[in-house]
Amino acid sequence: MLTQTVVFAAGCVVATLAVGAAFAVLLTRVGKWPRLILMFSALGAWAAPAMTGATVWMFLFDTNLGLVNDVLGMDGHNWMYDKWPAFALVGAVVVWHSFPFVMITLYAGIQAIPTSVLEAARLDGAGTWATFRRVMLPMLRPVLTIVVIQSVIWDFKVFTQVYVMTAGGGIAGQNLTLNVYAYQQAFSAEDYSLGAAIGVVMTLLLVVVTAFYIRALRRTGEGL
Amino acid sequence: MKIRRWALLAVSGAVLAAASACAPGTAAKSEPKKDEQTGTVKVWLYNEAKPEPKTKVVDAAVAEFKAQHPGVTVEVSYIPTDAGPRAEKMKGAFNDPNSAPDVVEFGNTDLFGYVAAGGLADIGADLAGWSEAGDLPKDLKDTALVNGVQYGMPWWLGIRSLYYRTDVFTELGIKPPTSYAELVEAATKVRAAKPDLFGIAVGGKYTFGALPFVWAAGGDLATQQGQAYTAAVGSPQAQAGVKAYTDLFTKDICPAEQCVDMTGGKTVEAFAAGKAGMAILPNSSRSAVEAGAVKDKYGVVPLPGTAPGSIAPAFSGGNDLGVMKSSPHRSLAVDFIKLLAGKKYQLQMFDAMGNLPTLASARADVVAKDAFLKPFMQTLDAGTRFVPKDAAWAKIDAQTVVPTMLQKVITGKADVAGATSEAATAMNAAFSGK
Repeated sequence: MLTQTVVFAAGCVVATLAVGAAFAVLLTRVGKWPRLILMFSALGAWAAPAMTGATVWMFLFDTNLGLVNDVLGMDGHNWMYDKWPAFALVGAVVVWHSFPFVMITLYAGIQAIPTSVLEAARLDGAGTWATFRRVMLPMLRPVLTIVVIQSVIWDFKVFTQVYVMTAGGGIAGQNLTLNVYAYQQAFSAEDYSLGAAIGVVMTLLLVVVTAFYIRALRRTGEGL
Repeated sequence: MKIRRWALLAVSGAVLAAASACAPGTAAKSEPKKDEQTGTVKVWLYNEAKPEPKTKVVDAAVAEFKAQHPGVTVEVSYIPTDAGPRAEKMKGAFNDPNSAPDVVEFGNTDLFGYVAAGGLADIGADLAGWSEAGDLPKDLKDTALVNGVQYGMPWWLGIRSLYYRTDVFTELGIKPPTSYAELVEAATKVRAAKPDLFGIAVGGKYTFGALPFVWAAGGDLATQQGQAYTAAVGSPQAQAGVKAYTDLFTKDICPAEQCVDMTGGKTVEAFAAGKAGMAILPNSSRSAVEAGAVKDKYGVVPLPGTAPGSIAPAFSGGNDLGVMKSSPHRSLAVDFIKLLAGKKYQLQMFDAMGNLPTLASARADVVAKDAFLKPFMQTLDAGTRFVPKDAAWAKIDAQTVVPTMLQKVITGKADVAGATSEAATAMNAAFSGK
């Protein structure tokens, strides 16, 4: 269960960052109106309560009556039947809920890079990739750090989407993550001590992950 | 930097300490010394999807009770029936006598957890002297006994039988099944002729739909020795029952992908919407089915057992009324139960809600005037079974041990032997209080 929690969270973090970064770059490249529309729709996803979002997505992916199955012509296909497709679907909803934060933060970071610096880089003969890697990335690092740590913490403890979409852990408990398991032990089975212990273990894991990350950053000479 | 780090540690430490201090305690429950004959009797009953029929009958009972007991008022509250909120409400009532009711309604499988928590009063002596006590059959009374002490008065019953589509069966020339083999055959025929119907709607999360198959095969969830239970779900008989139920989850009857995560409630919906040829539903699902697309197009027979002509033992479901141990109006509370669970109001509850009476004479009355109940009576007379009468059942139920076992077999993640032995291990851990 620890493995699948970590893999699921890691997948969500990577996907959230990738999607968020891609949209942030897109925002800097498009005109005013597309940018506004993109911003508004992303903010809409961000503003949607996790419960509502998860429930609506489950309507779309319903086995017997869902729109997705109807469009794809695969009536009766159960998206939650196998473990990893189920995780992927839940992950998609988690990403959908959390990428706007990454997008807006990174967009702000990119906008904050003075154009004079980029111009200077170009005059020095740096290509797009070199500009990105050697100029933009170092300048974005503080923002990236916050975004990564936030995402790791959010995705590791994501509860609502997993609990709602898999109806409390999926078929035969195949989609249990640590904190859904903690909830079940503590509040359903009334085993408060075990639930609390799982919670403490999760906190410790997060502290360790965060500590390593901050140490790695300091080694490369960057403070938080 | 260093100072900040220590501050961070201190803060997180404080937060952890505060969080752990919030764990609910279990206060010692003691019986109050007083038994007041006046004042307010507080009653908690289950809320219903359609509350009016129930509140009407209860209001009439309250009016009669007040007329009999001058100077007494009755305050009825309707509490949520979802497992989580309900459990929290009851836990709160056990720990805080001041906000606790005097009389409570509860599901008969909840009784053992409540008794283990020390929340319910022994009402055996009070009911023994009641004129209608002899009308309550022993097997029903037994469902409210823990170690020989009676903690509840069975108020109404829920018995499951096999609903089937009369129009589809007539069209295809099938007779209602009288054995497991015929059930499989009928279900396969229905789905073959009508591919958008489940042959029989069964669910991987429908514990009380699966248990009759286990009992029919001669197995059980657990066996009792003295006061201790041991899981028996790994026995060859129980395995045969689990296999019989999970064998229904095939493309030709109820496809695993669609049926593996169905609950009992979902099977009601599927049958009522005309999406299933058969379903294992309680008598109380009648109104839901009548309100659906299959009104007047269904019949009910007892769920067949393994041998031809036999009836699979059904789960003896239903709700009880009990008195809280903390009640300061104990005698009045028992009197109110005697009134509300007496024949007069059991009959009225049947007329209003379709709740099957627990008192034998009341049941005979309603069966005589309503032919719909006949198959449920046959099932009841053939003998009903019950879940382990142990506080651990609440935990086994909450940990979804049985649905997990069924789903593992249905999805092929484990074979019957593996899934049942895993379930047995989980149950034994719960029975031994781990």
